[in-house]
Amino acid sequence: MLLGPQRLRPSVAGALADLGVDGPVAVVTAGWQERESEIDELCEHVGCEVVDLELFRRAEELFERDPALFTALRERTGRLRKLQRLYSTRLDHAMAAARELLARPAQDDLVAMHFGGAVEAIRDLDREHLDRVEAIRAAFDEEHGVAERDDVVAARAEVARLIDGCGALAIAGGHVAVLVNRLRLFDAVASAGSRPIVAWSAGAMALADRIVLFHDSPPQGAGNAEVLRAGIGLYDGVLPLPHAKRRLRLGDPARVALFARRFAAHRCLAFDDGARLDRVGDGWAGVDGVTRLTVEGRVVPEGDR
Amino acid sequence: MNRALEALLADGTPTAEALDAFFAEHAAPLVDGTEVTFVYRGEATGVFLHHWIFGLESAQPFERVDGTDLWLLTEDVPADSRIEYKIEVEHVDGSRLIRDPLNPHLARDPFGANSVLRSAGYVDPEWTRPDPESRPGELVTRVIRSEAFGRRRRFRVYLPARYNVRRRYPLLIVHDGDDYLRFSAMQTVLDNLIHRMEIPPMIVAFSNPGDRLIEYANHEPHARHIVEELLPALEDEFPIVAAEAARGLMGASFGAVATLSTAWRYPGTFGRLLLQSGSFAFTDIGRNRRGPAFEPVVSFVNAFRHAPGRPAARLFVSCGVYESLIYENRSLVPLLQQSGMRVRFVEARDGHNWENWRDRLQAGLSWAFPGPLWMIYE
Repeated sequence: MLLGPQRLRPSVAGALADLGVDGPVAVVTAGWQERESEIDELCEHVGCEVVDLELFRRAEELFERDPALFTALRERTGRLRKLQRLYSTRLDHAMAAARELLARPAQDDLVAMHFGGAVEAIRDLDREHLDRVEAIRAAFDEEHGVAERDDVVAARAEVARLIDGCGALAIAGGHVAVLVNRLRLFDAVASAGSRPIVAWSAGAMALADRIVLFHDSPPQGAGNAEVLRAGIGLYDGVLPLPHAKRRLRLGDPARVALFARRFAAHRCLAFDDGARLDRVGDGWAGVDGVTRLTVEGRVVPEGDR
Repeated sequence: MNRALEALLADGTPTAEALDAFFAEHAAPLVDGTEVTFVYRGEATGVFLHHWIFGLESAQPFERVDGTDLWLLTEDVPADSRIEYKIEVEHVDGSRLIRDPLNPHLARDPFGANSVLRSAGYVDPEWTRPDPESRPGELVTRVIRSEAFGRRRRFRVYLPARYNVRRRYPLLIVHDGDDYLRFSAMQTVLDNLIHRMEIPPMIVAFSNPGDRLIEYANHEPHARHIVEELLPALEDEFPIVAAEAARGLMGASFGAVATLSTAWRYPGTFGRLLLQSGSFAFTDIGRNRRGPAFEPVVSFVNAFRHAPGRPAARLFVSCGVYESLIYENRSLVPLLQQSGMRVRFVEARDGHNWENWRDRLQAGLSWAFPGPLWMIYE
């Protein structure tokens, strides 16, 4: 189950109740980084026993015990950051071309043809970047045998044991890269097995097949959404966009249209306060307050055409 | 002239009651695109506009509308401008400068307040206003014994919301700190920008001068105080990242001179500088004509221009195009860039005032200290 941001309109408790979960709930707040343990408000809201998986702390301790892994990860992070910057440089030009074509007053067939080509070029760039990022990650995992390292094996077993005693897994937002790295490192989502998972904000983003960073009006830069990496892949075909009202210019049809066309293989779903989307089997069912960005540049309630 | 007012006057001489009713509904100045009509009502022998736009004639006379107490002056003003002004009302026994009684917009500074014209398109940036969603930080007051000045100095420290002593924070030291807090809403701005993750949670020290014109004009004891007294005191008490890239220094006007000269004297200490409307007067040839207070400034800027070194890695420079200092600031930018520093220069249609400096805080702070905006989704 995917939820909107929780700070102003918390809805996790209601979601858990609807799922029939009244037992302990395992929570991941690793995206909060050093504030990971500040879960009092969340516990109070949830109203049942909460098991803090402490994935951020566990990772810090693991890195202390395994400095070789830490050093290698730091080098990989530096390499991935550089890759992201290089991708961003090319992306700026590709996006500028698409925007310029979209802004032409006379939208005839020739302009449309070139606009389509410009969007396809952006998609190619996104795919290329994603492939490169995942290739670096896969090579790293293989080279360093991350999943076989003693400390990692032990920590994963401990996390799995904790989750095993719980009726659901709740994944909060925060720093999406930190969160998805910790979820992967400790294999927490796989350990949840068939238990219900409730995730919001960065938590929802981390579970998707790809993670897209977005902000239309940053104080610096062009505000081009960027593909960061693959997510956990618990579901595909949906890009959750938390805080969309604040982060995206939803009233700007051109920006909305370009976003939706660029990521047309996904449903671009805005999750603001109170939003909720339930997954049933391989599909999605109950929808509440979720809106969708359309290729025509509109923002419509999810479920509408 | 404003169309509605023009229509009113076209019907013949309006009564006082008709004018009262009109101005109860229309705040002055009246803005129609780039055409701005300044208004004064009252008995006088003359009325004049005094503005703070460098290079544009001031004391322009208003014209009286026959048979009324209405005085008007229409000017072209570019869009997105903020202009501070006062009205000079002349009587037979003398004249006085007053704020525009028909304009509710005021800009305050340590010397009082001026009326503000907001031309077409200008709005107060929403991040300068309190946002109920933003978690508020806290201001604490500290006093330090300064050997450099031989007396105690008071300063205030902003601690961000959810301040945690186990974390490490970037540090920004602000010259004219109390003025930035009072006149540039800097606490509100910090709360908002941190909440929006446009800047990281950070510790900000607001320092204040004694004799400002001396201490901020390339004064060795001042630089020593900042670097050898204030900075260590802050690092002793607060969890601050001990790295050049995480330390910033900023100021406006003479405060910008103090910022640059301190960083110049202590290269490698501050990695980030924010220089707003710096009083960077210099002479290529001839003598300083800005008065004796500028003598040490001119000496410093001349020396700096000769050998800038690399006082910081990343600088934000801003200046209003209506300021007399725009030439000096524009001249500084290529010099800084040629010296290998990363520079962001921003101009605005504004003057030498605290609201100009407030309105540039988002661009400056987020340039100097980019926040985790792209990565965090809470």
